Amino acid sequence: MAGVVPRLLLVLLFSVITQFPLLARSSSLDLQITNAECRIDLTSQIVKVFLTLKVENTGTSPASELLLAFPPRQVDRLALVKAACTVGKKKKKTYVPLEVKPTELPDAPNDTKLFSILLLNPLKTSETATVEVLLILTHCLEPFPAEISQSESQLVYYHDSAIILSPHYIKQQTTYIKTPSTKVESYTRVEPTNHAGTQIIYGPYADRPPYSFSPIIVHSENNSPFAVVEELVREVEISHWGSLQITEHYKLAHAGAHHKGVFSRVEYQSRPSISGVSSFKHLLARLPPRVHSVYYRDEIGNISSSHLRGDSRKSELEIEPRYPLFGGWKATFVIGYGLPVEDFLFESPDGRRYLNFSFGCPVVETVVDDLTIKVVLPEGSQDPTAVAPFPVDQHLETKYSYLDVVGRTVVVLKKKNVVPEHSSPFQVYYKFNPIFMLAEPMMLTCVFFLLFMGCIAYLHVDLSLHK
Amino acid sequence: MVGKNESAVNGVKSTPVSTQLNLKSDLFSNFSLKTLKLKTKQQELLIRVTVLCLIYVLAFITRLFSVLRYESMIHEFDPYFNYRTTVFLTQHGFYEFWNWFDSESWYPLGRIIGGTLYPGLMVTAAFIYWTLRFLRFAVHIREVCVLTAPFFASNTTLVAYFFGKEIWDTGAGLVAAALIAICPGYISRSVAGSYDNEGVAIFALLLTFYLFVKAVNTGSLAWALASAFGYFYMVSAWGGYVFIINLIPLYVMVLLITGRYSMRLYVAYNCMYILGMLLAMQIRFVGFQHVQSGEHMAAMGVFFLLQVFFFLDWVKHMLSDTKLFQSFLRITVTSAGGLGAIALGVGTASGYISPWTGRFYSLLDPTYAKDHIPIIASVSEHQPTAWSSFMFDFHVMLFLFPAGLYFCFKRLSDATIFIVMYSLTSMYFAGVMVRLLLVATPAVCLVSAVAVSATVKNLTLLVRAKSKSVPTGSSKGTTSSKASSKASFDQSLPFQRNGAIALLFGAFYLLSNYATHCTWVTSEAYSSPSIVLAARGSHGNRVIFDDYREAYFWLRQNTPQDAKVMSWWDYGYQITAMGNRTVIVDNNTWNNTHIATVGRAMSSYEDEAYEIMRSLDVDYVLVVFGGVTGYSSDDINKFLWMVRIGGGVFPVIKEPDYLVNGEYRVDKGAAPKMLNCLMYKLSYYRFGELTTEYGQPPGFDRARGVEIGNKDVKLEYLEEAFTTSNWIVRIYKIKPPNNRW
Repeated sequence: MAGVVPRLLLVLLFSVITQFPLLARSSSLDLQITNAECRIDLTSQIVKVFLTLKVENTGTSPASELLLAFPPRQVDRLALVKAACTVGKKKKKTYVPLEVKPTELPDAPNDTKLFSILLLNPLKTSETATVEVLLILTHCLEPFPAEISQSESQLVYYHDSAIILSPHYIKQQTTYIKTPSTKVESYTRVEPTNHAGTQIIYGPYADRPPYSFSPIIVHSENNSPFAVVEELVREVEISHWGSLQITEHYKLAHAGAHHKGVFSRVEYQSRPSISGVSSFKHLLARLPPRVHSVYYRDEIGNISSSHLRGDSRKSELEIEPRYPLFGGWKATFVIGYGLPVEDFLFESPDGRRYLNFSFGCPVVETVVDDLTIKVVLPEGSQDPTAVAPFPVDQHLETKYSYLDVVGRTVVVLKKKNVVPEHSSPFQVYYKFNPIFMLAEPMMLTCVFFLLFMGCIAYLHVDLSLHK
Repeated sequence: MVGKNESAVNGVKSTPVSTQLNLKSDLFSNFSLKTLKLKTKQQELLIRVTVLCLIYVLAFITRLFSVLRYESMIHEFDPYFNYRTTVFLTQHGFYEFWNWFDSESWYPLGRIIGGTLYPGLMVTAAFIYWTLRFLRFAVHIREVCVLTAPFFASNTTLVAYFFGKEIWDTGAGLVAAALIAICPGYISRSVAGSYDNEGVAIFALLLTFYLFVKAVNTGSLAWALASAFGYFYMVSAWGGYVFIINLIPLYVMVLLITGRYSMRLYVAYNCMYILGMLLAMQIRFVGFQHVQSGEHMAAMGVFFLLQVFFFLDWVKHMLSDTKLFQSFLRITVTSAGGLGAIALGVGTASGYISPWTGRFYSLLDPTYAKDHIPIIASVSEHQPTAWSSFMFDFHVMLFLFPAGLYFCFKRLSDATIFIVMYSLTSMYFAGVMVRLLLVATPAVCLVSAVAVSATVKNLTLLVRAKSKSVPTGSSKGTTSSKASSKASFDQSLPFQRNGAIALLFGAFYLLSNYATHCTWVTSEAYSSPSIVLAARGSHGNRVIFDDYREAYFWLRQNTPQDAKVMSWWDYGYQITAMGNRTVIVDNNTWNNTHIATVGRAMSSYEDEAYEIMRSLDVDYVLVVFGGVTGYSSDDINKFLWMVRIGGGVFPVIKEPDYLVNGEYRVDKGAAPKMLNCLMYKLSYYRFGELTTEYGQPPGFDRARGVEIGNKDVKLEYLEEAFTTSNWIVRIYKIKPPNNRW
């Protein structure tokens, strides 16, 4: 007992000198992962990692933070970290999302980047909790060989660690890797390792100290479309006259193994199963329901190969670039559509209006390297503020469109490395006086009025010099 | 626009006194519509303005078939160059445009764009674009370019109206405007998307002529000045200005010969010629041609002749002695003629005055191009016109035209002489070259309008003559006397009135037939962009072949930025505009040798061609091939022209090597050189493995309807880089040279 009081004092002193998070962290390192299950899904170009962590507090003080560690190379490719904890028993199991934020730790080795998960309730000594973590990684499947010909299929490397990199002590861990096909060229063995069908199982491993790392490489076939939108600019133009006009500029590329040598149309047409398997020629865009006046074009004109299907809940636009995309090939295009404004524009209780629109790219199964959303507010709107569910860069611009005098305010939101999971709604709030809606019709009316007045005056006034 | 018409019509029609009257009545008519005479006048004005407005709108919308059928896009070949330069102009401004050296075409020579094009079209479109932008209409430059030609076609109808009014009367003007609004000969070059020089040039041409005739009729310096500016616009827009600068002197000459010399003519021609010439020199592409080229010398000769005439007139006025004047006349005319001949001779001999160009010769002598300039003869629109295309483009106007000429001769004036000369010369040129039907169209429309208007007017007078018993308000002296004379005339010919009614119906039938025909022609024949091909599928559905753009876009996206593409010159403009890649030759066929080199490469064996292509630093070769789809205007069908043009410069290439008994074939019986030349290989590479039509052997060429002769094509120095989904465009990459060790 005597030892506890000075220790507490020391801790208090420590917290005064440093900050609160460090206090929490010092206690959180007492957490121990009793069982970790890591499921890695390699079936598409977007790698999804599901971690199920059972944690126990082996320390003496309550711990509220669980730390996740990543090697620096992975952090750049990490698009999303989501955590949730399960509440309730089997029948009434619900997931409660937890807050995740990047932190730093002085003793982390080799530039390891850390994220902390704030637990719902601080864990008291020897209490346990289950935390589910979803990690989404992009661009981490490296094609090897880097160049393939038309008849070859695409093989990719996946680098990871058999054991989760973690600042916590891990009692037991298993890693499951799901490959897109049964064809696996090679994989690193870290015994015990099992390969069956489309699954490679590493582990179970027991009693690993913090920051243990055992690199693995999985070399497998992956012919899923590596559709990467290098740059996407979405422009949402609000008109209070009833329409929301969306224009999306895509710079699409096939980020898989580069195409080498000949492209033979006769092979591609006659043997579709073995020729150009890693290429893709269709993309599917999920658009909101009640979409109208859809177009699909590029710099040199309309692209005639697209189909729109829709029902009351969603619209699906199937687009086909002008040519099939092989590795390294690019295509730019524009998709535009209109939406009824009442589905997306609302009035908040404080009298401001707000747009509630989906972030992210409507084309399914794509990675967006660089996403810009421009919300063009009607002329005369004031005090725009944007609310997004994750950090984005924001700034304001001015745009001139039809019959604008002072220009429209544009709220620009930017985010890098966007995956389909980012398609959650964001809001833009602004103040707008409806009288501005009449400005443009009034201007037109005045112009025509003056024109006719001018005509009448010209006809009725005699300007000749000699009478 | 409307207001302007109205006022102009008003101003011209009435003398100052009646303007006053008119004005007063206009003011009063709002309150009392009782004054019957004024009411008819107003009604007439209202109807005229409404009809003109309708014609204006009609001329615009009838040209929108292509936009509705396909999309708002630029058509054909040359318009793509115009579009590309316009985009450059709007992005970089006028001075950059003027000094633009384009390294993307004619590699490795390049092309000075500013000095080798007529900037009128681009500047017009850019001006419209900037104006709209200034008024905050967020239009794209492509939309402006697509709609420039229809817009100017609408404006042409207005000019046609005023021109018709000038040579005949307002009725003829209205008919002329209506005829030209839907005339297929004009529509063929001015549908939406046909963004070519001719689109604005016909407007400029007609405007210049109208203003000149107006100047001759009035003798006013202002109109002559206006016509000089019209001429300047025409020079800036199209090479066809040579027609104006030769026709107007010819017209002046004819007036002089027929003894219609007047002060009005002197003022009009001198002002127009001097100012027009000075203004035209501002266009870099034209430069000093007005004083240096043989094609422009006629105008200068007539200019001096007119001075001599004026001088003689003055001397005649001063001298009262006719005998003395006779001898003076003789001396002056001889010495002036001698001086002119000497000047021309010395100028030509010393090379100061350049001789006539080949293009000009080929107009005067239709067989000239075939023998001397294969590159001109190879263009389909330079072929002599078939009778069917006259019928196709002019329809009933072909019959109305002689009638109109008759009416013009019956009422000869300075203006009608002009229109007669214009129509006759342009009809001759239209016979020489298909594309010059366009120049003849306004003349034919105007002359036909005279015929229609005069006929209908006479017939309605006859019809109305009987029903005169009900007195209408217009108790003008002339009208009533005419009516009574008609009435008395009527009694001698009892069936005249019925005949007139029948003839009126006939005219109505003809004209409505014309309208139907024009609409049909426009929608079926002249509204295809030729970039996108449409065909009927087996179930009657519309199938679109968008292969050109597929290939160009592939080039744009997936080849290195500095890649050089070799193709036949037809596709040069499109590759630079849509593919954004450097080409070896393009549609501006200014360097025959360069084109002949490409033609030689295409018609050589692969290894020889490889040497040529290496020397030209070519990276990709593009060929157009219609064997899968049955698209007949592909490179194999154009191939003989490549051989001819190549052989014209490089005698190694001989046309008979590619023919068998004078016959051009691609099947087993084809000439061995044909079966192994580069063009054949690139077109048919791996085509032998493909079954194109059910019930036919593999390798069946649907465009020519034969099984190809060489199915086992092997390429050694090139590899297939891309083939479009319907095989229309095939692109090959040139392999780098082999390592020797």
